[in-house]
Amino acid sequence: MTRRLLTGNAAAAWGARLAGVDYVPAFPITPQTEIIETLARWFDGGEMRGRLTMLESEHSMVTAAAAAAATGVRVFTATSSQGLLYAMEMIHAVPGWRVPFVLANVSRGLATPITLEPDHNDVLAARDSGFLQIHCASCQEVHDSVLIAYRLAEDARVRLPVIVNLDGFYLSFTREPVEVADPAAARAFLPPFTGRGIEFRASRPVSQAAAVLGGSQYSYFRYETHLAALQALPAYAEIAAAFAEAFGRHHPAVEAYRSDDAEFVFVMIGSFATKARDAVDRLREAGARVGLVRPRLLRPFPAADLRRHLLGKRGIAVIDQNLSFGKGGVLHAELASVLYGEPGAPLLASFIGGLGGRDFAPEEFYEMIDVTRRAADSGRAPEPRLLYTAGELREMRKLQAIAAVERHEDGAGKP
Amino acid sequence: MYRIRFHGRGGQGMKTASCILGDAFFAEGFEVQDAPRYGAERRGAPIFAYVRADRAAINERGIIARPDLVVVADDTLVTVPAAAVLQGVGARTVLLICSNDDAATWTARLKRDCRVLTLPAPAAPEAGQAQAGVGALCAGAAAALVGVIGRAALERAVAAELAAHGAPVVARNTAQALAAYDALAAHQGLVSAGGAVDAGARAPVDWIDLAAEDAAAAAPDIHATATSLKAATGLWRVMRPVIDHAHCHKCSWICSTLCPDSAIAVDADHAPRIDYDHCKGCLVCVAVCPSHAIRAIPERGAAGAVP
Repeated sequence: MTRRLLTGNAAAAWGARLAGVDYVPAFPITPQTEIIETLARWFDGGEMRGRLTMLESEHSMVTAAAAAAATGVRVFTATSSQGLLYAMEMIHAVPGWRVPFVLANVSRGLATPITLEPDHNDVLAARDSGFLQIHCASCQEVHDSVLIAYRLAEDARVRLPVIVNLDGFYLSFTREPVEVADPAAARAFLPPFTGRGIEFRASRPVSQAAAVLGGSQYSYFRYETHLAALQALPAYAEIAAAFAEAFGRHHPAVEAYRSDDAEFVFVMIGSFATKARDAVDRLREAGARVGLVRPRLLRPFPAADLRRHLLGKRGIAVIDQNLSFGKGGVLHAELASVLYGEPGAPLLASFIGGLGGRDFAPEEFYEMIDVTRRAADSGRAPEPRLLYTAGELREMRKLQAIAAVERHEDGAGKP
Repeated sequence: MYRIRFHGRGGQGMKTASCILGDAFFAEGFEVQDAPRYGAERRGAPIFAYVRADRAAINERGIIARPDLVVVADDTLVTVPAAAVLQGVGARTVLLICSNDDAATWTARLKRDCRVLTLPAPAAPEAGQAQAGVGALCAGAAAALVGVIGRAALERAVAAELAAHGAPVVARNTAQALAAYDALAAHQGLVSAGGAVDAGARAPVDWIDLAAEDAAAAAPDIHATATSLKAATGLWRVMRPVIDHAHCHKCSWICSTLCPDSAIAVDADHAPRIDYDHCKGCLVCVAVCPSHAIRAIPERGAAGAVP
C-alpha cells in the first residue's frame, strides 16, 4: 500500500473513481471545480467508464443525479456553498424518492458578504433534507468516506442520498498523504451496484414521488424517511467495521480522541478539528485532562455515541463553525438536546469560530478550556463566545473609517 | 515541524513551488501538508502557498502563522499590504527574497530581527517569450535551506510535478531548482524546525464582546462610486501589451471590445490606448489583433519601453 500526496478534491474524485460510478452530472463552483475537472479527465482518458454531463445549474444537476439514481445506476455529484443552496429545492425533494447517490459538498461560507473560504452554514442548510451527512477532517477521510457513503446510501435499510462534506481550502486544495485503495479491494468492499429493485425504465413507467393531500399520508412518508435515516446508524457502524477490516482504517460515527479519562472535551466537526486534536496533545503535556469528540456523522445524529462519550465529563467546549442567526451555534443546540436531562450531563460552553475560514490560534483552544473549566467550577454556562479579537476589531474599524469617509464624500458630492 | 511559506504573484509558480517542496519532503520520509492560497485568483495578483513537514502526523492546519522560512519570489510584494509577506516573521524566521538588492539593504529596509538572504531576481525573458515560472527555483532554495532534502529527492520532485508539461520544461526547471539549491549550499540547514505553542505558558487571548451596531455601519456596503478605478490592478501584470501604432489599422473596436477589463479605450482618431493602471496583462488583445500590431514585453524593466 503506497501513500501519495493528494488534495481533498482529488481524494473525493478517487473515491468516485474507485466506486466505479456510472454517471456524474456536474456544475462547477469554487472550491469544488477540481473534483469534476479530475473526473472529466479520467472519463476522457478512459480510466473511468460512464458519462459526465455538464448541466446548466446545480438545481438541474441534483435532479439529474436523483433521476439517474432511480434507474439503478451509481451516481456521483459535487457542489459547494451557493451551488448547494441553488439546488436546495431538489436537495429536499429527492431523499423522498428513496434512491441512493453520493454528493460531495466542499464547504464554503455563504453570502452575505460573499466569500470563498469555509464554514458549515452551507451544508447545515441541508441538515433537515433527508440527505445523510458525513463530515471529514482529513484528505484520507474524504477518500474513505466516499466509499463508505455508497455502501450506506445503497443499504436496503437506508436508501437515502449521502453528502460527504469536506472543507474548502483546508481540505479541498490541501495535499496530504492519502492511501488510495487498491481497485480490487475497493470493488470487494463496494461491489458494482445492481439496483436491487431500483430500476426505472422508460418502457416500464412508474410515477415516483406522487402527490398526497390531507397530511396523513404525508406524515407516513415523511416519518418513513426519518426512520430510514435512523436505521443508517446501525448500518453505518457495520459498514465502518467492514471498512476497517478491509483497509485498516477505522472511521466510527464519532471520533473520540483521548477523551476516555478527560475532564473537559472539545466537540467540533470538520477539518479544523485536527487543530483541536493538536491542542489536546499540548494541553495534556501541560497536565490538563482534555479530549476531543468529533461527530463524523451529523445526520443521522449519533446521539447514543455522543452520550456515551460525554456523560460524566465536567465540561464541553462546543465549537460551532456556523451561526444560526438569532439562536447561535447549531452543534451546541443539537448536543444540548441529546444531553439535557441525562444523569451526568456536562456543562456546555458555546463558542462560535472559524466563520468564513477565520483561523483558530492554538492559544484560543487553550483559552476555551480555561473558560469551560471556570464555568464548570461556578456551575453556570457562560454566554456564547464569538472567537474575535481586539486586533480583528481594530482592522474592521479601519475599514469602517474608510467607508465613513466614502459615505461623506459621496453624500457631499451630490446636489 | 517545518513551516514554510512561498509568496509570489499568480503565474509565477508558487503553488508549483509548494508541490515540489512537498514532494521532496515526502520522498525524504516526512509527513507533509501543502496548499496554495489563491487570493484574487488572477495572474499577477498576490498569492501564497505553504508547506508543513514533520516526522510525525500533522494535525496543524490552515495558514502558517509562525513561519520558519518565507520565500519571496517577487520583491515588489514586500510593500503590498494585501500580500502579508511579513506576517508572523520573527527572530527565528529566515526570509529569502529574490531581488537584485542585497541582504544588507533589505535588512536595513525591513528593520526586522529575522535573518535575510537574497537570490538574484530571475532575468527578464527574451522579447516575445513569456515570463518563465520561478516555482522550481524557490523550491530548490527552500530545499537547501532546510538541509534535510537531498539533491536527488529535489530532482525527482521537479520531474514528478512537471512531467505532464514535457521533457524540456522538466529539464529547464530541474536546472533552475538545482542551481538555487547549489547557490545556497553554504546555508544548508539554516532553517530549523519550529515547535508548538506551549499550552502551559502562553500569551493571553484578547477576545472582545462585539456590540450590536447600527445597520448602516454593520452591512458590508461600499458607498464610494467607481472604486474599481482605485484598485491599481495594473500591478498584477507580468507581461505588458504594447501597441505599435505604425502597424495599427485603427479598426477601432476589436482590442477595445474584447479586453475583459475595459482597459483599452479608443481616441477620437480611432487609435486604441491601453490604460496601464488597470491592464492585468492577460494578452487577449495581443492574440486578437488582426494586424499583429500589439506585442507583449516583460513587465520587469518595461517602464521605459512604453510608447
